[in-house]
Amino acid sequence: MRVALMVTCVNDAMFPDTGKAVVRLLRRLGVDVEFPAAQTCCAQPMVNTGYLDEAVPVVRTFVDAFAGYDAVVTPSGSCAGSARHQHGLVARRSGDAGLAAAVAETSPKVYELTEFLVDVLGVVDVGAYFPHTVTYHPTCHSLRMLGVGDRPRRLLENVRGLRLVDLPQAEQCCGFGGTFAVKNADTSVAMGADKARHVRGTGAEVLVAGDNSCLMHVGGVLSRQQAGVRVVHLAEVLASTEEGVGGPSGHPQVERAREEQR
Amino acid sequence: MSATFVGMPAFPTAARGALADTQLRHNLAHATSTIRAKRAAVVGEVEEWEELRLAGAAVKEAALRDLDTHLVRLEESLTARGATVHWARDAAEANEIVARVARDHGADEVVKVKSMATQEIGLNEALAEHGIAAWETDLAELIVQLGDDLPSHILVPAIHRNRAEVREIFLRAMGDVGRPAPADLTDEPAVLAGAAREHLREKFLRAKVAVSGANFAVAETGTLVVVESEGNGRMCLTLPEVLVSVVGIEKVVPTFADLDPLLRLLPRSSTGERMNPYTSTWTGVTPGDGPQEVHVVLLDNGRTRALADDVGRQALRCIRCSACLNACPVYERTGGHAYGSVYPGPIGAILNPLMKGTGRPGIEGEQTDSLPYASSLCGACFEVCPVRIDIPEVLVHLRSKVVDGHRGDTVPKAEAVAMKAAAWSFGDSRRLGWVEKASGVAGRVLTRFGRTTLPGGRSAAGRIAGPGASAWTGARDLPAPPAESFRAWWRRTDGGRGEEGSS
Repeated sequence: MRVALMVTCVNDAMFPDTGKAVVRLLRRLGVDVEFPAAQTCCAQPMVNTGYLDEAVPVVRTFVDAFAGYDAVVTPSGSCAGSARHQHGLVARRSGDAGLAAAVAETSPKVYELTEFLVDVLGVVDVGAYFPHTVTYHPTCHSLRMLGVGDRPRRLLENVRGLRLVDLPQAEQCCGFGGTFAVKNADTSVAMGADKARHVRGTGAEVLVAGDNSCLMHVGGVLSRQQAGVRVVHLAEVLASTEEGVGGPSGHPQVERAREEQR
Repeated sequence: MSATFVGMPAFPTAARGALADTQLRHNLAHATSTIRAKRAAVVGEVEEWEELRLAGAAVKEAALRDLDTHLVRLEESLTARGATVHWARDAAEANEIVARVARDHGADEVVKVKSMATQEIGLNEALAEHGIAAWETDLAELIVQLGDDLPSHILVPAIHRNRAEVREIFLRAMGDVGRPAPADLTDEPAVLAGAAREHLREKFLRAKVAVSGANFAVAETGTLVVVESEGNGRMCLTLPEVLVSVVGIEKVVPTFADLDPLLRLLPRSSTGERMNPYTSTWTGVTPGDGPQEVHVVLLDNGRTRALADDVGRQALRCIRCSACLNACPVYERTGGHAYGSVYPGPIGAILNPLMKGTGRPGIEGEQTDSLPYASSLCGACFEVCPVRIDIPEVLVHLRSKVVDGHRGDTVPKAEAVAMKAAAWSFGDSRRLGWVEKASGVAGRVLTRFGRTTLPGGRSAAGRIAGPGASAWTGARDLPAPPAESFRAWWRRTDGGRGEEGSS
């Protein structure tokens, strides 16, 4: 099986550690994941803001980059949802039958990380170790667009050392919403503040989710509040082992020193 | 009434004021979470709920597919049963018809059943211009009317008020328009309802003309249906001599049997009840029983425009249950007024642009065009919609219509320029690589100013001035872009194989 990592533009540019975590995790599970260097973005920012013409070349780049793979794995429910549910719309808009055919070929092969782990690889215990109190926010697109259900939860429950506490009103949107976060910043922040309040109420040290864009938003609110709660992508939790590096979050001083060196 | 939605600013501006209203935020959070829980409980009781949703959607879809046929059939059935049918292209025509009927009977007042269609066309204000007073008889509509306020919810138009505020409004305003509230009025819900009952009773008994909407109109029989909770509707539909019903053309269903799934879906989705307390049906005129003169105004007012939109037309399936409002995290924070329409929330964010059209010039056009963006696209609305309107899909579609309406602008918006730039960099991975390199450098510069540290140790930017940046960083720290992107790391380390310490 040829497996491609679709890292997503947000992770590529802002959260490379999440991408590295997916690579570590999949290799540990025996999957030789490839990174097609031609990939860029799923086009969701354009589509969801209404710029369909601008989305056409981006979707074209997407299908070209991932052609020929048996599975395309991504650490983002939102971007997987975009590829599976919106690329067809963009292709229709382009009027290009070739693009539509390519989309029909690629879209069904796109898996959100937990779908790939549970459904394709058939594992819920990935051998991870993460000795922290964690609460989990199910992101909207993973929950409602993809229907990942309890897959993330089952994976988290099998992480050694991890104590999972319930998040009240977990299924309510955090308020990120792509360009909504800027176009309707006040409403977005009001939603984020309520989510942050619920997170703080759990007493968890770490907020985990499957989308870094949502975590960047809630994490930004929590950080501004000096709440003492950090956000970590689910992939980084699952990649952590007693031997391996637990992502950037484990040793901030080391990480910062590393950053400074570059 | 002097309160009006006309001239309301675009959603982001209107929302800002609403978000700062702590009483409103508190009332809404309490009310929507209560009703969400009620709905979830009664929906959970129905094992075949998903099948029921499909059936409800199918009934409405079939009705819309041959809308012309069913409407003509409805007119024939109604006429055969002694009703007079009027066709109104827009609000002005509909208002004129209702005013004429009232005037023909020398009426200077009408009693009203709660109706979204008459709110939509501004009937009360239009009748007032003719010297005719329109009395709202639904408890929440009465609160809105007495408070010279605007409705903020489809089902519970006074959801933004709590009982202390209701008491104050009753004490202040009831006496001006009829029987005053008792001086010892408390804010006990039963006491408040009692005062409203006393106040309304004299209006029910006096009025010669009633105005209603309809939840459904059955083409094969000519039967109109009103679903309600308080019995005020039943009073209006049975006591006066003349009844005028303003009915949106999308309310038609082909057969009486088609009511089955809809009457099961509506109360559970709407009030969170297994069954609504009052379901009134009437078919034209019944000699010696109820109103002896029955008028039905079939209203377009933009519905055919919505019908012509092949993605958006599903919005016409809406049965006005308001489950999407209660489920919506945006609505819960801003309330209904920010949407600038009698149709607020997710359904309002699609119905208004669909019925009024996008890309209209001026402040009203701008307001309408802002509505499809008043959503984080979380999908909670679609999940609860009893007739499966894919609201997020329609929102995205309408956003594209808004954008397309501006493609000819001589000076493009900053957002359009940014999207073009993003499309350029995302069109080719090498270009994206350059952009990421630049962002890494920019990040190091930016974090020198307003530098902060995220929990966990990563450096970040605090408040940054400038459009876009300040919108994000006004209340949220922003992680600094890393020095090395993922793709640069992959190339440098051969996907981590050449990196020390990787496993």
